[in-house]
Amino acid sequence: MTTDSTDTRAQRRKSPKKPENALVSADRAGAGLDRGFAGLAKAAGIFILIILAFVAIFLSWNSVGALYQEEEGLIIGRFLSYAWPFALGTVVVAILALIMGAPIAIAVALYISHYAPPKASKTIGYIIDLLAAIPSVVYGAWGMFVLAPAMVPLYHWLSQWLYTWPEENLGWGIPFFAGSPGLGQNIFTASVVLAVMILPIISSVCREIFIQTPKLHEEAALALGATRWEMIKMAVFPFARPGIISGVMLGLGRALGETMAVVMVVSGLGFQLSIISPGNSTIPREIALNFGETGHGTERWHQLVALGLVLFVITLAVNMVARWIVSRHKEFSGAN
Amino acid sequence: MSETETRENSSQTPTPASVAGPAGPSGQQDPSELIRPRSLTGNVLPKWFLPATAAVGVVVGFVISYLIGGQSVNYALWFVLAAIIYVLLSYLVTRQQLNKRKATDGLWRNLVYVAFVIALIPLISVIWSVVVDGFQGITHSSFWTQDMSQNAARTREQAIHEGEAPMGGGVLHAIIGSLLITLTATIISVPIGLLTSIYLVEYSRGGPLSRGITFFVDVMTGIPSIVAGLFGVAAMQTILVMGNQLGLWSYTAGNYSMGITAAIALCVLMIPVVVRTTEEMLRVVPNELREASYALGVRKWRTVLKVVIPTAISGIAAGVTLAIARVIGETAPILLTAGTLTRVNWDMFAGSMMSLPVYIYQTFRYPFGGPGELAYLSEQRAWGAALVLIMIVMTLNLIARIIANVFAPKKTGR
Repeated sequence: MTTDSTDTRAQRRKSPKKPENALVSADRAGAGLDRGFAGLAKAAGIFILIILAFVAIFLSWNSVGALYQEEEGLIIGRFLSYAWPFALGTVVVAILALIMGAPIAIAVALYISHYAPPKASKTIGYIIDLLAAIPSVVYGAWGMFVLAPAMVPLYHWLSQWLYTWPEENLGWGIPFFAGSPGLGQNIFTASVVLAVMILPIISSVCREIFIQTPKLHEEAALALGATRWEMIKMAVFPFARPGIISGVMLGLGRALGETMAVVMVVSGLGFQLSIISPGNSTIPREIALNFGETGHGTERWHQLVALGLVLFVITLAVNMVARWIVSRHKEFSGAN
Repeated sequence: MSETETRENSSQTPTPASVAGPAGPSGQQDPSELIRPRSLTGNVLPKWFLPATAAVGVVVGFVISYLIGGQSVNYALWFVLAAIIYVLLSYLVTRQQLNKRKATDGLWRNLVYVAFVIALIPLISVIWSVVVDGFQGITHSSFWTQDMSQNAARTREQAIHEGEAPMGGGVLHAIIGSLLITLTATIISVPIGLLTSIYLVEYSRGGPLSRGITFFVDVMTGIPSIVAGLFGVAAMQTILVMGNQLGLWSYTAGNYSMGITAAIALCVLMIPVVVRTTEEMLRVVPNELREASYALGVRKWRTVLKVVIPTAISGIAAGVTLAIARVIGETAPILLTAGTLTRVNWDMFAGSMMSLPVYIYQTFRYPFGGPGELAYLSEQRAWGAALVLIMIVMTLNLIARIIANVFAPKKTGR
């Protein structure tokens, strides 16, 4: 072997033109191509940064028109009074969806990783993953035609017992449940649809991390006489906490930015306190419904772009917080 | 503690072998108790306990919901009551008969089971309504071969409704539009994404640029799809205005509604997915392969192209397929950028373009022939389109999984 390779090297030194290796022989251009390819790869990476910078610059640049007009000067107040109901609606819908969706998603992940029969759990997990891929417009159609009518009796009940009855007997009803539900096309139905949509996402992230819990930790807990729930509480959850948080934050980000489900489910526009009667809106819904019909460069157009910027900043903040929590917990989790 | 009792008892009781021996079982104790001492079996409830509790919950829940609902049963209420009664009853009985720890364990197990059932109900309902309603839509031959240009007028829908004309109108234009837009987005995104991940894995040595790229790719994953749509519009308007000023064409900024604009918007959503998945795949390529290649005197770029990428190609293909599956269902960005259309448009650079998700939204929201008695025709087509879209997405996911499993490189001997 050794002699062989020294022979080859000697040969090559003698007659560099003579090819011995197919890979080497085609490589005439040598260092230039090497540098070129490295440059190309680097350029692609920089291009991505440019795209993102472009998104940010474009959004901020075109938002200026919503805050400042040459004839009128600063009009921040007008924009804020226009934007706050949408921002509030977005946050409320996303948080309602999270309250309903996250506990169930974590329980489903726990079911798949620790409760389901081992043979079935892989299939169930795969089916849940597939459900995460269903397009949002399909969930929107389902919410519009199936869920909204089915929710109407619940809304009547809520309105009766949380608003009408206390108002008549105590003089004050909870304003969130005032009004008539109509066809059930309100932001509460929208947040139920969003909860269903984010459930597979949160659940698959949590399941991944639950499965990775060190077997030794689990077995140690069981060997000390812990019941299954105590084992989960003592071994699985501490290990999985950063994963659970990042999964929930991922779901929150998705719920904040979700457009079509809200557009299709909610009807009505004006802001109101009630979450069970038609009305209210979210930022993505406002943009999707109006952007096509608004002339380029008008104040309204600038306002819509500025709304997009607000949404971008909110989702960015959520993602950053998630990352920060995960990195902070990693140091203390005692895993590895 | 029950554990210590168990241990003492089992050390005192005879072994199964001596029980089965010629002497026969001693008359004092039940033989089954010798084989499995009571201390081991006594601390559990009988097997029929949980099914019986569930049955009680279902029956009592039915009765209560029957009484509340005034002789008509609300299924949701029935389910909720049954679940509450089952969970509470089993907890209380276990706590009374056994101990608090076992009861808590059982409580959480039951809650997890109930949560799983609750999660399944809407998900099954979604699939069920799409498949049942959509199946009617896709069985008409016109569904696959026609666009909607004939059906825009109310008279045509009226004629179909009254049986004077055959069922017409389909999603051909939407399928063509979806495929064109997604294909263009893929052609733009995959080289950029792949080259970026090659840079991250092969060339960067953890410098500030690579850390920045990784960070901002993460940020990009979180961009809401509607913001990507806004960006697509803005980018195209800028390009159009610039080209106009340079005298390249005479589009105005208002003519942005094109297939290519949608493709640009989708790229923003697709590139981060491609980078993340391919980066992961390139990282699992064993370093020995690269070193072997360098040892043979092969240059780095050829090593990457001929050794690293072929090794990881199955993972890369699976990742790209998943990225396609993600963007093909996006509605909002395409609605903003490519608009809507009722006929086939093959030209990515001129005029609006219909796509499947936008078709579903548009047809549900604004039925052809107006809302009212003619709306069911449009809804039938829209459910059909939803079924087609779901089938495309599911098939892409399955293909990705198959590629990843079947064509995966054989593991090294270690």
